Amino acid sequence: MLTPEREKKIDELLTRYPSSRSALLPALWVAQEQYGWISLELQRYLAIRLGITPEQVREVVTFYSMYNDRPVGKYHLQVCCTTPCMLMGSDDVIGYLEKKLDIGRGQTTGDGLFTVSQVECLGSCGTAPMLQVNREKYDENLTTEKVDALLDRLRTQAAAEGSNG
Amino acid sequence: MADPVKVVSKRFGIPDSHTLDVYLQHDGYVALEKAVKSMQPAEVIDEVKKSALRGRGGAGFPTGMKWGFVPKDSPKPKYIVCNADESEPGTFKDRAVMEFDPHSLIEGCLIAAYALGSHTCYIYIRGEYGWVQDIMDVAIREAYAKGYCGKNILGTDFSCDVYTHPGAGAYICGEETALLNSLEGKRGHPRIKPPFPAVEGLYGCPTVVNNVETLATVPWIIQHGGDTFRQLGTEKSGGTRLVSVCGHVNKPGVYEIPLGYPMKDLLEKECGGIRNGNKLKAVIPGGSSVPIITAEEAYRVKLDFESIGEVGSMLGSGGVIVMDETADVFESTFRLVHFYKHESCGWCTPCRDGGDWMEQIFDRISIGGGRSEDLDLITSLGRNIEGKSHCALGDALVWPITSAMKKFPEDFQRALDRGKKLLREPAAV
Ligand SMILES: Cc1cc2nc3c(=O)[nH]c(=O)nc-3n(C[C@H](O)[C@H](O)[C@H](O)COP(=O)(O)O)c2cc1C
Ligand code: SF4
Ligand code: FES
Repeated sequence: MLTPEREKKIDELLTRYPSSRSALLPALWVAQEQYGWISLELQRYLAIRLGITPEQVREVVTFYSMYNDRPVGKYHLQVCCTTPCMLMGSDDVIGYLEKKLDIGRGQTTGDGLFTVSQVECLGSCGTAPMLQVNREKYDENLTTEKVDALLDRLRTQAAAEGSNG
Repeated sequence: MADPVKVVSKRFGIPDSHTLDVYLQHDGYVALEKAVKSMQPAEVIDEVKKSALRGRGGAGFPTGMKWGFVPKDSPKPKYIVCNADESEPGTFKDRAVMEFDPHSLIEGCLIAAYALGSHTCYIYIRGEYGWVQDIMDVAIREAYAKGYCGKNILGTDFSCDVYTHPGAGAYICGEETALLNSLEGKRGHPRIKPPFPAVEGLYGCPTVVNNVETLATVPWIIQHGGDTFRQLGTEKSGGTRLVSVCGHVNKPGVYEIPLGYPMKDLLEKECGGIRNGNKLKAVIPGGSSVPIITAEEAYRVKLDFESIGEVGSMLGSGGVIVMDETADVFESTFRLVHFYKHESCGWCTPCRDGGDWMEQIFDRISIGGGRSEDLDLITSLGRNIEGKSHCALGDALVWPITSAMKKFPEDFQRALDRGKKLLREPAAV
């Protein structure tokens, strides 16, 4: 189910710990990188791959907020709205995104490009308001102009990838 | 007065400070070499004890003492676990260490491992810092390539592996025993203490869990001596520490200060004062879990463990959240209640259900449905959570609320009165 490089990565992860179960969180990241979310099928596969039970995989997938147990948009826009960001206007940023993309929190645009989520402190409070796209480096000190530019950039990027195959 | 000495941040701002080459040009791995070649493990622990270094992760536990709890004669393997989960709202200093000085953390981990007879270190990094983990991984590969990590470090018979490990978005995994469960591939539920990790930690083996900044401070202590470090701070709070300042200041950011430094100077000199020339209203001095203090208290308090205790708060994780006169403390507290409710791991009833209930009361007040008895209800609910929960997250949920109600009663009263006003005035439809 995983590409050969990713299988190799998991082999390497398994050498790091005395217990294969310990490799579960990093292995889930490897899997999510490929598919964007962790399906039940993928959970069963990882259970076999690590020699643990499917329940042990599932309880982890459902506990940690960053594993998607359902598909999300190609670009997951995660806006921090915890108090330090709120003080600096995060609610305006997420409101602006919702209006511009015409979706609510937790929803995905019809073209499957964007999901908007409200998330908790990302360790970037000094450069608030901010957001994180997927697991990339943060977009910080946001203004509406910067949000516009970001959306444009991501749309261009998606179009370029689309035309490449 | 001379410029304050920089310990943890001395390489911040140097171009390419994250690379091994630049690290080596600025005292890099000097302390590791000194430790493994000319010191006994017990001497390293003594030096750390002398430094009076206290944990920078939040609880402020003396680091040397913690290291001393690890049983010397245990036949089990021992583990060093670095807590790089950094999720306490207002805190972003560990990220700066890993971004700009990753080798100092690796060196700190290795010195700790040498002191405690450990051969494996795991650095548990919050999932959102995936790109920070990449920086750490590159630095670790560099260190292996040059013989600072791995087998027979610097030609001695000390061997040690260092690995990074990602979290996946759960604040509770910053609690050290939840972190260990998470590292074992389980849900991040805190364990019962005792046994403490020093005796029974990762895989049931003796384990030291230390914060990023704590470990990154160790090389300097070993290089310059514990006494030298202690003298930078106060008698009981040794040395310097990082603080991350956010909110309504002109220059938010990460600053290194000697312990005992006046908060007023931090706000005015380092951070360039309150934005727009506004008046200061409130400060949360040590990450969102610690009690809030008033402007008057902030202007007279010093940043050390004792002084901040006198105004009823704590240094915690060093996250300083600044609010000017435009802030509404009811609303800022409401958002924290939402945070803790969201991050409750769900293991115990007082925190899981209490947090949920608390959020509903705040929500009701916020939309104008507050009742005069609500403040008493919040207080009594808080009393049933604080000290009655399985881990400290329960307390962390309550402290910001009770301190905010005590110090900013007018903001809570205004929120309650909003309800009365809404009842009198017909809604504008
Ligand atoms: C709910 C909760 C969250 C915590 N989050 C962190 C964290 O993100 N980083 C950290 O270093 N310590 C955190 N701690 C403190 C750790 O449990 C532990 O005290 C610390 O990692 C020990 O390292 P130190 O002695 O070097 O500070 C947290 C504690 C609690 C109760
Ligand atoms: S206090 Fe909260 S976070 Fe801690 S164990 Fe109980 S439910 Fe979990
Ligand atoms: S509160 Fe948003 S990054 Fe910390």
